[in-house]
Amino acid sequence: MNAHTPIPAGEAQIAFRNFNFFYGDFHALKNIHFEIARSKVTAFIGPSGCGKSTLLRTINRMYDLYPHQRAEGEILLDGQNLLDPRMDVAALRARVGMVFQKPTPFPMSIYDNIAFGVGLHERLSRADLDDRVEWALRKAALWDEVKDKLKQSGMSLSGGQQQRLCIARGIAVKPKVVLLDEPTSALDPIATARIEELIDELKDDFTIVIVTHNMQQAARISDYTAYMYLGELIEFGLTDQLFVNPRQKATEDYITGRFG
Amino acid sequence: MDLHRRRKLVNRLALGLSMGAMAFGLTWLIWILWTVLDLGVGALSLSLFTEMTPPPGADTGGLLNAIVGSLILVGLGTAIGSPVGILAGIYLAEFGRSNWLGRITRFVNDLLLSAPSIVIGLFVYATVVATTGRFSGWAGALALALLVLPVVIRTTENMLMLVPNSLREAAFALGAPRHVVILRVTLRAARSGVVTGVLLAVARIAGETAPLLFTALSNQFWSLSLNEPMANLPVTIFKFAMSPFQDWQRLAWAGVLLISLGVLGLNILARILFRAEKLS
Repeated sequence: MNAHTPIPAGEAQIAFRNFNFFYGDFHALKNIHFEIARSKVTAFIGPSGCGKSTLLRTINRMYDLYPHQRAEGEILLDGQNLLDPRMDVAALRARVGMVFQKPTPFPMSIYDNIAFGVGLHERLSRADLDDRVEWALRKAALWDEVKDKLKQSGMSLSGGQQQRLCIARGIAVKPKVVLLDEPTSALDPIATARIEELIDELKDDFTIVIVTHNMQQAARISDYTAYMYLGELIEFGLTDQLFVNPRQKATEDYITGRFG
Repeated sequence: MDLHRRRKLVNRLALGLSMGAMAFGLTWLIWILWTVLDLGVGALSLSLFTEMTPPPGADTGGLLNAIVGSLILVGLGTAIGSPVGILAGIYLAEFGRSNWLGRITRFVNDLLLSAPSIVIGLFVYATVVATTGRFSGWAGALALALLVLPVVIRTTENMLMLVPNSLREAAFALGAPRHVVILRVTLRAARSGVVTGVLLAVARIAGETAPLLFTALSNQFWSLSLNEPMANLPVTIFKFAMSPFQDWQRLAWAGVLLISLGVLGLNILARILFRAEKLS
Protein backbone atom coordinates (compact mmCIF):
# COMPACT_ATOMS: atom_id res chain seq x y z
CA MET A 1 0.00 0.00 0.00
CA ASN A 2 2.82 2.40 0.75
CA ALA A 3 3.66 2.51 -2.97
CA HIS A 4 0.32 4.16 -3.70
CA THR A 5 -0.05 7.90 -3.67
CA PRO A 6 -3.75 8.52 -3.10
CA ILE A 7 -5.60 11.02 -5.23
CA PRO A 8 -6.80 14.20 -3.46
CA ALA A 9 -9.77 13.59 -1.17
CA GLY A 10 -13.20 13.99 -2.75
CA GLU A 11 -11.99 13.63 -6.31
CA ALA A 12 -12.63 9.92 -6.71
CA GLN A 13 -14.94 8.91 -9.54
CA ILE A 14 -14.17 5.22 -9.30
CA ALA A 15 -12.88 3.34 -6.28
CA PHE A 16 -11.65 -0.25 -6.23
CA ARG A 17 -12.07 -1.81 -2.78
CA ASN A 18 -10.37 -5.15 -2.06
CA PHE A 19 -11.13 -6.15 -5.59
CA ASN A 20 -10.31 -9.63 -6.91
CA PHE A 21 -11.02 -11.16 -10.28
CA PHE A 22 -11.01 -14.76 -11.51
CA TYR A 23 -10.97 -16.48 -14.87
CA GLY A 24 -12.38 -19.80 -13.72
CA ASP A 25 -9.80 -20.93 -11.12
CA PHE A 26 -7.15 -18.47 -12.24
CA HIS A 27 -6.77 -15.56 -9.86
CA ALA A 28 -6.16 -12.78 -12.39
CA LEU A 29 -6.42 -9.66 -10.23
CA LYS A 30 -5.29 -9.67 -6.63
CA ASN A 31 -6.62 -7.37 -3.98
CA ILE A 32 -6.79 -4.22 -6.08
CA HIS A 33 -7.38 -1.17 -3.92
CA PHE A 34 -7.12 2.36 -5.31
CA GLU A 35 -9.12 5.26 -6.69
CA ILE A 36 -9.47 6.91 -10.07
CA ALA A 37 -9.86 10.69 -10.16
CA ARG A 38 -12.68 12.58 -11.80
CA SER A 39 -11.91 14.46 -15.05
CA LYS A 40 -8.35 13.15 -15.19
CA VAL A 41 -6.59 10.66 -17.43
CA THR A 42 -5.49 7.53 -15.61
CA ALA A 43 -3.22 5.09 -17.45
CA PHE A 44 -2.78 1.38 -16.69
CA ILE A 45 0.64 0.12 -17.73
CA GLY A 46 2.49 -3.15 -17.31
CA PRO A 47 3.80 -6.10 -19.31
CA SER A 48 1.49 -8.33 -21.37
CA GLY A 49 -0.74 -10.49 -19.23
CA CYS A 50 -0.40 -8.34 -16.12
CA GLY A 51 -4.15 -7.81 -15.91
CA LYS A 52 -4.41 -4.18 -17.01
CA SER A 53 -7.03 -4.90 -19.69
CA THR A 54 -8.84 -7.23 -17.34
CA LEU A 55 -9.01 -4.46 -14.77
CA LEU A 56 -10.31 -1.98 -17.34
CA ARG A 57 -13.01 -4.36 -18.51
CA THR A 58 -14.41 -4.73 -15.01
CA ILE A 59 -15.42 -1.06 -14.88
CA ASN A 60 -18.24 -1.60 -17.41
CA ARG A 61 -18.75 -5.24 -16.37
CA MET A 62 -17.73 -6.48 -19.79
CA TYR A 63 -16.84 -9.77 -18.14
CA ASP A 64 -20.58 -10.42 -17.61
CA LEU A 65 -20.62 -11.75 -21.17
CA TYR A 66 -18.42 -14.68 -20.22
CA PRO A 67 -19.77 -17.29 -17.83
CA HIS A 68 -16.51 -18.37 -16.17
CA GLN A 69 -15.33 -14.92 -15.18
CA ARG A 70 -16.21 -13.50 -11.78
CA ALA A 71 -15.36 -10.59 -9.57
CA GLU A 72 -15.19 -10.12 -5.78
CA GLY A 73 -14.97 -6.99 -3.70
CA GLU A 74 -16.31 -3.61 -4.67
CA ILE A 75 -15.98 -1.11 -7.45
CA LEU A 76 -17.66 2.13 -6.51
CA LEU A 77 -18.76 4.45 -9.28
CA ASP A 78 -19.77 7.75 -7.67
CA GLY A 79 -20.17 5.83 -4.43
CA GLN A 80 -22.43 3.14 -5.90
CA ASN A 81 -21.14 -0.45 -6.03
CA LEU A 82 -21.34 -1.48 -9.65
CA LEU A 83 -20.76 -5.16 -8.84
CA ASP A 84 -24.11 -5.21 -7.04
CA PRO A 85 -26.22 -7.89 -8.78
CA ARG A 86 -29.14 -5.46 -8.77
CA MET A 87 -27.12 -3.01 -10.85
CA ASP A 88 -28.70 -2.42 -14.28
CA VAL A 89 -25.81 -3.26 -16.58
CA ALA A 90 -27.29 -1.40 -19.57
CA ALA A 91 -27.62 1.75 -17.46
CA LEU A 92 -24.07 1.26 -16.16
CA ARG A 93 -22.74 1.03 -19.69
CA ALA A 94 -24.53 4.25 -20.56
CA ARG A 95 -22.42 5.86 -17.81
CA VAL A 96 -19.20 4.06 -18.74
CA GLY A 97 -18.28 4.08 -22.44
CA MET A 98 -15.56 1.95 -24.00
CA VAL A 99 -13.28 2.06 -27.03
CA PHE A 100 -11.37 -1.01 -28.14
CA GLN A 101 -7.94 -1.83 -29.52
CA LYS A 102 -9.08 -2.33 -33.08
CA PRO A 103 -11.60 0.16 -34.45
CA THR A 104 -15.05 -1.47 -34.39
CA PRO A 105 -17.38 0.58 -36.59
CA PHE A 106 -20.77 -1.08 -36.94
CA PRO A 107 -21.84 -2.12 -40.45
CA MET A 108 -24.05 0.94 -40.90
CA SER A 109 -23.74 4.59 -41.87
CA ILE A 110 -21.55 7.05 -39.97
CA TYR A 111 -24.69 8.77 -38.69
CA ASP A 112 -26.29 5.51 -37.57
CA ASN A 113 -23.09 4.42 -35.84
CA ILE A 114 -23.47 7.41 -33.51
CA ALA A 115 -27.26 7.28 -33.27
CA PHE A 116 -27.23 3.55 -32.39
CA GLY A 117 -26.01 4.01 -28.83
CA VAL A 118 -28.03 7.18 -28.20
CA GLY A 119 -31.24 5.44 -29.28
CA LEU A 120 -30.66 2.67 -26.75
CA HIS A 121 -30.95 5.04 -23.81
CA GLU A 122 -32.88 8.11 -24.92
CA ARG A 123 -35.85 8.96 -27.11
CA LEU A 124 -34.81 12.05 -29.05
CA SER A 125 -36.59 13.94 -31.79
CA ARG A 126 -34.96 13.83 -35.20
CA ALA A 127 -33.60 17.37 -34.77
CA ASP A 128 -32.22 16.64 -31.31
CA LEU A 129 -30.63 13.44 -32.59
CA ASP A 130 -29.03 15.35 -35.47
CA ASP A 131 -27.64 17.82 -32.93
CA ARG A 132 -26.33 15.03 -30.73
CA VAL A 133 -24.60 13.30 -33.63
CA GLU A 134 -22.95 16.57 -34.66
CA TRP A 135 -21.96 17.31 -31.05
CA ALA A 136 -20.34 13.90 -30.63
CA LEU A 137 -18.52 14.08 -33.96
CA ARG A 138 -17.23 17.57 -33.15
CA LYS A 139 -16.07 16.40 -29.72
CA ALA A 140 -14.22 13.55 -31.40
CA ALA A 141 -12.64 15.98 -33.90
CA LEU A 142 -14.19 14.11 -36.80
CA TRP A 143 -17.03 16.41 -37.85
CA ASP A 144 -15.14 18.38 -40.49
CA GLU A 145 -13.98 15.20 -42.18
CA VAL A 146 -17.35 13.43 -42.32
CA LYS A 147 -20.04 16.13 -42.29
CA ASP A 148 -20.68 15.71 -46.02
CA LYS A 149 -20.83 11.92 -45.96
CA LEU A 150 -22.84 11.02 -42.88
CA LYS A 151 -24.84 8.49 -44.93
CA GLN A 152 -21.71 6.61 -45.99
CA SER A 153 -20.71 3.37 -44.32
CA GLY A 154 -18.60 3.77 -41.20
CA MET A 155 -16.33 1.07 -42.61
CA SER A 156 -15.31 3.37 -45.48
CA LEU A 157 -13.26 5.59 -43.15
CA SER A 158 -9.52 5.23 -42.52
CA GLY A 159 -8.33 3.39 -39.41
CA GLY A 160 -7.70 6.56 -37.43
CA GLN A 161 -11.04 8.03 -38.47
CA GLN A 162 -12.78 4.78 -37.55
CA GLN A 163 -11.25 4.96 -34.09
CA ARG A 164 -12.42 8.56 -33.65
CA LEU A 165 -15.85 7.43 -34.86
CA CYS A 166 -15.82 4.83 -32.09
CA ILE A 167 -14.86 7.49 -29.57
CA ALA A 168 -17.67 9.72 -30.87
CA ARG A 169 -20.06 6.78 -30.61
CA GLY A 170 -19.03 6.24 -27.00
CA ILE A 171 -19.32 9.85 -25.89
CA ALA A 172 -22.59 10.45 -27.77
CA VAL A 173 -24.32 8.54 -24.97
CA LYS A 174 -22.87 11.19 -22.58
CA PRO A 175 -21.10 8.83 -20.20
CA LYS A 176 -19.21 9.92 -17.09
CA VAL A 177 -16.26 7.64 -17.77
CA VAL A 178 -14.59 6.62 -21.03
CA LEU A 179 -12.50 3.43 -21.04
CA LEU A 180 -9.84 3.14 -23.74
CA ASP A 181 -8.29 -0.28 -24.28
CA GLU A 182 -5.04 0.32 -26.18
CA PRO A 183 -6.89 2.64 -28.55
CA THR A 184 -3.89 3.50 -30.70
CA SER A 185 -2.05 0.20 -30.95
CA ALA A 186 -3.53 -0.48 -34.42
CA LEU A 187 -2.92 3.06 -35.72
CA ASP A 188 -0.05 4.85 -37.44
CA PRO A 189 1.88 7.62 -35.60
CA ILE A 190 -0.10 10.50 -37.12
CA ALA A 191 -3.47 8.96 -36.29
CA THR A 192 -2.08 8.15 -32.84
CA ALA A 193 -1.09 11.77 -32.27
CA ARG A 194 -4.61 12.92 -33.18
CA ILE A 195 -6.18 10.47 -30.71
CA GLU A 196 -3.79 11.63 -28.00
CA GLU A 197 -4.72 15.28 -28.60
CA LEU A 198 -8.34 14.25 -28.47
CA ILE A 199 -7.90 12.47 -25.14
CA ASP A 200 -6.40 15.65 -23.74
CA GLU A 201 -9.45 17.65 -24.82
CA LEU A 202 -11.95 15.07 -23.62
CA LYS A 203 -10.75 14.96 -20.05
CA ASP A 204 -12.52 18.22 -19.25
CA ASP A 205 -15.83 16.44 -19.70
CA PHE A 206 -15.05 12.82 -18.98
CA THR A 207 -13.00 10.70 -16.64
CA ILE A 208 -10.63 8.76 -18.88
CA VAL A 209 -9.03 5.43 -18.13
CA ILE A 210 -6.59 4.13 -20.72
CA VAL A 211 -4.69 0.89 -21.04
CA THR A 212 -1.51 1.27 -23.03
CA HIS A 213 1.51 -0.78 -23.97
CA ASN A 214 3.35 2.36 -24.79
CA MET A 215 5.02 3.93 -21.79
CA GLN A 216 5.83 7.16 -23.60
CA GLN A 217 2.14 7.46 -24.38
CA ALA A 218 1.23 6.98 -20.73
CA ALA A 219 3.80 9.60 -19.75
CA ARG A 220 2.54 12.04 -22.39
CA ILE A 221 -1.19 11.90 -21.82
CA SER A 222 -1.99 10.69 -18.33
CA ASP A 223 -2.29 12.50 -15.02
CA TYR A 224 -2.13 9.31 -12.97
CA THR A 225 -0.49 6.00 -13.74
CA ALA A 226 -1.05 2.54 -12.32
CA TYR A 227 1.73 0.01 -12.84
CA MET A 228 0.55 -3.57 -12.74
CA TYR A 229 2.42 -6.83 -12.68
CA LEU A 230 1.13 -10.41 -12.41
CA GLY A 231 -2.33 -9.29 -11.41
CA GLU A 232 -1.20 -6.93 -8.70
CA LEU A 233 -1.19 -3.17 -8.56
CA ILE A 234 2.48 -2.52 -7.85
CA GLU A 235 2.47 1.24 -7.82
CA PHE A 236 -0.05 4.00 -8.33
CA GLY A 237 0.48 7.75 -8.30
CA LEU A 238 0.89 10.94 -10.24
CA THR A 239 2.34 10.14 -13.63
CA ASP A 240 5.16 12.68 -13.28
CA GLN A 241 6.14 11.22 -9.97
CA LEU A 242 5.88 7.60 -11.02
CA PHE A 243 8.00 8.04 -14.12
CA VAL A 244 10.59 10.36 -12.64
CA ASN A 245 10.81 8.97 -9.19
CA PRO A 246 9.28 5.49 -8.88
CA ARG A 247 9.07 4.14 -5.36
CA GLN A 248 9.23 0.50 -6.27
CA LYS A 249 12.25 -1.18 -7.80
CA ALA A 250 9.88 -3.24 -10.02
CA THR A 251 8.29 -0.09 -11.45
CA GLU A 252 11.67 1.43 -12.13
CA ASP A 253 12.87 -1.73 -13.88
CA TYR A 254 9.81 -1.72 -16.10
CA ILE A 255 9.78 1.94 -17.08
CA THR A 256 13.49 2.00 -17.75
CA GLY A 257 13.03 -0.96 -20.04
CA ARG A 258 15.02 -3.46 -18.04
CA PHE A 259 12.23 -5.97 -18.46
CA GLY A 260 8.74 -6.31 -19.90
CA MET B 1 23.55 -25.82 -56.15
CA ASP B 2 22.51 -29.42 -56.48
CA LEU B 3 20.00 -28.92 -53.70
CA HIS B 4 18.51 -25.91 -55.46
CA ARG B 5 18.24 -27.69 -58.77
CA ARG B 6 16.52 -30.58 -57.03
CA ARG B 7 14.03 -28.22 -55.42
CA LYS B 8 13.21 -26.61 -58.73
CA LEU B 9 12.67 -30.00 -60.28
CA VAL B 10 10.37 -31.16 -57.47
CA ASN B 11 8.54 -27.86 -57.66
CA ARG B 12 7.96 -28.27 -61.38
CA LEU B 13 6.83 -31.85 -60.91
CA ALA B 14 4.33 -30.91 -58.18
CA LEU B 15 3.07 -27.99 -60.21
CA GLY B 16 2.67 -30.22 -63.25
CA LEU B 17 0.68 -32.80 -61.26
CA SER B 18 -1.57 -30.08 -59.81
CA MET B 19 -2.22 -28.61 -63.22
CA GLY B 20 -2.97 -32.07 -64.60
CA ALA B 21 -5.46 -32.75 -61.82
CA MET B 22 -7.11 -29.40 -62.43
CA ALA B 23 -7.31 -30.08 -66.16
CA PHE B 24 -8.81 -33.51 -65.49
CA GLY B 25 -11.53 -32.04 -63.28
CA LEU B 26 -12.31 -29.15 -65.59
CA THR B 27 -12.49 -31.36 -68.67
CA TRP B 28 -15.55 -33.21 -67.37
CA LEU B 29 -17.20 -30.03 -66.21
CA ILE B 30 -16.72 -28.31 -69.53
CA TRP B 31 -17.80 -31.44 -71.38
CA ILE B 32 -21.00 -31.59 -69.33
CA LEU B 33 -21.71 -27.91 -69.88
CA TRP B 34 -20.96 -28.22 -73.58
CA THR B 35 -23.30 -31.19 -73.99
CA VAL B 36 -26.05 -29.36 -72.12
CA LEU B 37 -25.56 -26.28 -74.26
CA ASP B 38 -25.28 -28.22 -77.50
CA LEU B 39 -28.38 -30.31 -77.01
CA GLY B 40 -30.31 -27.75 -74.99
CA VAL B 41 -29.94 -24.71 -77.20
CA GLY B 42 -31.25 -26.67 -80.18
CA ALA B 43 -34.39 -27.46 -78.20
CA LEU B 44 -34.99 -23.89 -77.02
CA SER B 45 -38.01 -22.16 -78.41
CA LEU B 46 -40.65 -19.68 -77.34
CA SER B 47 -43.21 -22.46 -76.97
CA LEU B 48 -41.20 -23.81 -74.01
CA PHE B 49 -42.51 -20.91 -71.99
CA THR B 50 -46.04 -20.79 -73.41
CA GLU B 51 -47.20 -24.39 -73.75
CA MET B 52 -47.81 -27.27 -71.40
CA THR B 53 -45.91 -30.56 -71.37
CA PRO B 54 -47.28 -32.46 -74.39
CA PRO B 55 -48.43 -36.04 -74.79
CA PRO B 56 -45.93 -38.17 -76.74
CA GLY B 57 -45.95 -37.63 -80.47
CA ALA B 58 -47.56 -34.20 -80.40
CA ASP B 59 -45.97 -31.62 -82.68
CA THR B 60 -46.13 -28.83 -80.16
CA GLY B 61 -45.62 -28.54 -76.44
CA GLY B 62 -43.45 -26.80 -73.88
CA LEU B 63 -42.52 -26.84 -70.24
CA LEU B 64 -44.66 -23.99 -68.89
CA ASN B 65 -46.39 -26.03 -66.19
CA ALA B 66 -43.09 -27.60 -65.12
CA ILE B 67 -41.27 -24.25 -65.01
CA VAL B 68 -44.01 -22.58 -62.98
CA GLY B 69 -44.34 -25.63 -60.75
CA SER B 70 -40.61 -25.66 -60.08
CA LEU B 71 -40.63 -21.94 -59.26
CA ILE B 72 -43.50 -22.46 -56.81
CA LEU B 73 -41.96 -25.53 -55.15
CA VAL B 74 -38.47 -24.03 -54.88
CA GLY B 75 -39.87 -20.68 -53.73
CA LEU B 76 -42.08 -22.28 -51.11
CA GLY B 77 -39.36 -24.68 -49.95
CA THR B 78 -36.97 -21.76 -49.53
CA ALA B 79 -39.60 -19.64 -47.81
CA ILE B 80 -40.22 -22.39 -45.26
CA GLY B 81 -36.64 -23.61 -44.83
CA SER B 82 -34.67 -20.34 -44.78
CA PRO B 83 -36.23 -18.52 -41.81
CA VAL B 84 -36.02 -21.64 -39.65
CA GLY B 85 -32.44 -22.21 -40.82
CA ILE B 86 -31.39 -18.61 -40.16
CA LEU B 87 -32.91 -18.66 -36.68
CA ALA B 88 -31.24 -21.98 -35.87
CA GLY B 89 -27.93 -20.65 -37.22
CA ILE B 90 -28.28 -17.60 -34.97
CA TYR B 91 -28.85 -19.88 -32.00
CA LEU B 92 -25.74 -21.92 -32.79
CA ALA B 93 -23.45 -18.94 -33.33
CA GLU B 94 -24.74 -16.55 -30.67
CA PHE B 95 -26.02 -18.75 -27.87
CA GLY B 96 -25.01 -22.37 -28.33
CA ARG B 97 -21.31 -22.14 -29.16
CA SER B 98 -20.25 -24.60 -26.53
CA ASN B 99 -23.29 -25.84 -24.63
CA TRP B 100 -24.72 -29.36 -25.04
CA LEU B 101 -27.76 -28.27 -27.03
CA GLY B 102 -25.54 -26.44 -29.51
CA ARG B 103 -23.21 -29.40 -29.87
CA ILE B 104 -26.06 -31.85 -30.45
CA THR B 105 -27.79 -29.54 -32.90
CA ARG B 106 -24.56 -29.05 -34.83
CA PHE B 107 -24.00 -32.82 -35.00
CA VAL B 108 -27.56 -33.57 -36.15
CA ASN B 109 -27.33 -30.78 -38.68
CA ASP B 110 -24.16 -32.28 -40.12
CA LEU B 111 -26.02 -35.58 -40.50
CA LEU B 112 -28.91 -33.84 -42.23
CA LEU B 113 -26.48 -31.96 -44.46
CA SER B 114 -24.99 -35.19 -45.76
CA ALA B 115 -28.22 -37.20 -45.86
CA PRO B 116 -29.00 -38.42 -49.38
CA SER B 117 -31.91 -36.44 -50.75
CA ILE B 118 -33.81 -39.62 -51.56
CA VAL B 119 -33.97 -40.33 -47.83
CA ILE B 120 -35.63 -36.94 -47.31
CA GLY B 121 -38.04 -37.78 -50.16
CA LEU B 122 -38.99 -41.12 -48.62
CA PHE B 123 -39.36 -39.54 -45.19
CA VAL B 124 -41.84 -36.98 -46.48
CA TYR B 125 -43.57 -39.72 -48.48
CA ALA B 126 -44.05 -41.80 -45.35
CA THR B 127 -45.09 -38.90 -43.11
CA VAL B 128 -47.12 -36.71 -45.45
CA VAL B 129 -48.00 -38.45 -48.69
CA ALA B 130 -48.92 -41.78 -47.11
CA THR B 131 -50.96 -40.17 -44.32
CA THR B 132 -52.84 -37.68 -46.53
CA GLY B 133 -53.23 -40.27 -49.24
CA ARG B 134 -52.10 -38.06 -52.09
CA PHE B 135 -49.03 -36.63 -53.76
CA SER B 136 -49.10 -32.86 -53.37
CA GLY B 137 -47.25 -29.59 -53.91
CA TRP B 138 -47.13 -29.10 -50.16
CA ALA B 139 -45.30 -32.39 -49.69
CA GLY B 140 -42.80 -31.39 -52.39
CA ALA B 141 -42.22 -27.97 -50.83
CA LEU B 142 -41.72 -29.58 -47.43
CA ALA B 143 -39.14 -32.03 -48.80
CA LEU B 144 -37.24 -29.17 -50.44
CA ALA B 145 -37.46 -27.13 -47.22
CA LEU B 146 -35.80 -30.02 -45.37
CA LEU B 147 -32.93 -29.84 -47.87
CA VAL B 148 -32.64 -26.06 -47.55
CA LEU B 149 -32.60 -26.19 -43.77
CA PRO B 150 -29.16 -27.71 -43.04
CA VAL B 151 -27.43 -25.64 -45.73
CA VAL B 152 -28.84 -22.39 -44.37
CA ILE B 153 -28.13 -23.37 -40.76
CA ARG B 154 -24.52 -24.13 -41.59
CA THR B 155 -23.82 -21.01 -43.66
CA THR B 156 -25.62 -18.71 -41.22
CA GLU B 157 -23.64 -20.12 -38.31
CA ASN B 158 -20.34 -19.90 -40.20
CA MET B 159 -20.98 -16.35 -41.36
CA LEU B 160 -21.92 -15.19 -37.86
CA MET B 161 -18.81 -16.87 -36.45
CA LEU B 162 -16.74 -14.78 -38.86
CA VAL B 163 -18.05 -11.57 -37.29
CA PRO B 164 -15.27 -10.49 -34.93
CA ASN B 165 -16.16 -10.73 -31.27
CA SER B 166 -14.92 -7.19 -30.76
CA LEU B 167 -17.90 -5.96 -32.76
CA ARG B 168 -20.29 -7.73 -30.38
CA GLU B 169 -18.41 -6.40 -27.37
CA ALA B 170 -18.51 -2.88 -28.81
CA ALA B 171 -22.30 -3.09 -29.09
CA PHE B 172 -22.66 -4.57 -25.61
CA ALA B 173 -20.35 -1.85 -24.28
CA LEU B 174 -22.90 0.76 -25.38
CA GLY B 175 -25.49 -0.95 -23.20
CA ALA B 176 -27.28 -2.76 -26.01
CA PRO B 177 -29.37 -5.77 -25.01
CA ARG B 178 -28.55 -9.06 -26.64
CA HIS B 179 -31.33 -9.11 -29.26
CA VAL B 180 -30.35 -5.64 -30.46
CA VAL B 181 -26.70 -6.70 -30.73
CA ILE B 182 -27.67 -9.72 -32.82
CA LEU B 183 -30.31 -8.13 -35.04
CA ARG B 184 -28.72 -4.76 -35.66
CA VAL B 185 -25.00 -5.52 -35.51
CA THR B 186 -23.88 -9.13 -35.96
CA LEU B 187 -26.63 -10.30 -38.32
CA ARG B 188 -26.20 -7.11 -40.29
CA ALA B 189 -22.44 -7.63 -40.52
CA ALA B 190 -23.04 -11.17 -41.79
CA ARG B 191 -25.94 -10.18 -44.02
CA SER B 192 -24.37 -10.84 -47.40
CA GLY B 193 -23.00 -14.18 -46.26
CA VAL B 194 -26.39 -15.27 -44.96
CA VAL B 195 -28.10 -14.24 -48.21
CA THR B 196 -25.40 -16.08 -50.14
CA GLY B 197 -26.14 -19.19 -48.11
CA VAL B 198 -29.83 -18.97 -49.00
CA LEU B 199 -29.00 -18.52 -52.68
CA LEU B 200 -26.71 -21.55 -52.64
CA ALA B 201 -29.43 -23.56 -50.93
CA VAL B 202 -31.85 -22.52 -53.70
CA ALA B 203 -29.28 -23.60 -56.27
CA ARG B 204 -28.96 -26.92 -54.50
CA ILE B 205 -32.69 -27.72 -54.49
CA ALA B 206 -33.40 -26.36 -57.98
CA GLY B 207 -32.20 -29.59 -59.56
CA GLU B 208 -33.25 -32.09 -56.89
CA THR B 209 -35.31 -34.91 -58.38
CA ALA B 210 -35.44 -37.66 -55.79
CA PRO B 211 -37.26 -35.71 -53.06
CA LEU B 212 -39.91 -34.55 -55.54
CA LEU B 213 -40.41 -37.95 -57.15
CA PHE B 214 -42.03 -39.23 -53.94
CA THR B 215 -43.81 -36.05 -52.92
CA ALA B 216 -44.96 -33.58 -55.57
CA LEU B 217 -44.70 -36.28 -58.22
CA SER B 218 -45.46 -34.50 -61.47
CA ASN B 219 -48.42 -33.27 -63.38
CA GLN B 220 -49.13 -33.42 -67.09
CA PHE B 221 -51.47 -30.46 -66.82
CA TRP B 222 -51.58 -26.89 -65.59
CA SER B 223 -52.31 -26.88 -61.87
CA LEU B 224 -51.52 -24.30 -59.23
CA SER B 225 -53.18 -26.23 -56.44
CA LEU B 226 -50.71 -27.22 -53.74
CA ASN B 227 -53.03 -30.03 -52.71
CA GLU B 228 -52.59 -31.74 -56.07
CA PRO B 229 -49.52 -33.32 -57.65
CA MET B 230 -47.46 -30.50 -59.12
CA ALA B 231 -45.43 -30.41 -62.32
CA ASN B 232 -41.74 -29.53 -61.89
CA LEU B 233 -38.65 -29.50 -64.06
CA PRO B 234 -36.50 -32.22 -62.47
CA VAL B 235 -39.16 -34.94 -62.48
CA THR B 236 -40.31 -33.92 -65.97
CA ILE B 237 -36.72 -34.16 -67.18
CA PHE B 238 -36.39 -37.56 -65.51
CA LYS B 239 -39.59 -38.81 -67.14
CA PHE B 240 -38.93 -37.30 -70.58
CA ALA B 241 -35.28 -38.28 -70.78
CA MET B 242 -36.14 -41.90 -69.97
CA SER B 243 -38.83 -42.01 -72.64
CA PRO B 244 -38.33 -43.40 -76.15
CA PHE B 245 -39.99 -40.33 -77.72
CA GLN B 246 -37.66 -37.89 -79.45
CA ASP B 247 -39.76 -34.77 -78.86
CA TRP B 248 -39.86 -35.59 -75.12
CA GLN B 249 -36.09 -36.07 -75.09
CA ARG B 250 -35.62 -32.69 -76.75
CA LEU B 251 -37.78 -31.06 -74.08
CA ALA B 252 -35.74 -32.82 -71.38
CA TRP B 253 -32.55 -31.26 -72.73
CA ALA B 254 -34.22 -27.87 -72.83
CA GLY B 255 -35.23 -28.34 -69.21
CA VAL B 256 -31.67 -29.34 -68.26
CA LEU B 257 -30.37 -26.20 -69.91
CA LEU B 258 -32.90 -24.01 -68.07
CA ILE B 259 -31.97 -25.47 -64.69
CA SER B 260 -28.24 -25.19 -65.43
CA LEU B 261 -28.60 -21.56 -66.47
CA GLY B 262 -30.72 -20.87 -63.40
CA VAL B 263 -28.16 -22.40 -61.03
CA LEU B 264 -25.34 -20.61 -62.82
CA GLY B 265 -27.21 -17.32 -62.49
CA LEU B 266 -27.79 -17.91 -58.76
CA ASN B 267 -24.12 -18.66 -58.18
CA ILE B 268 -23.05 -15.55 -60.04
CA LEU B 269 -25.58 -13.49 -58.08
CA ALA B 270 -24.25 -14.93 -54.83
CA ARG B 271 -20.70 -14.00 -55.78
CA ILE B 272 -21.65 -10.49 -56.80
CA LEU B 273 -23.53 -9.94 -53.54
CA PHE B 274 -20.65 -11.26 -51.49
CA ARG B 275 -18.10 -9.15 -53.33
CA ALA B 276 -20.22 -5.99 -53.20
CA GLU B 277 -20.52 -6.29 -49.44
CA LYS B 278 -16.79 -6.81 -48.98
CA LEU B 279 -15.94 -3.73 -51.01
CA SER B 280 -18.34 -1.37 -49.27
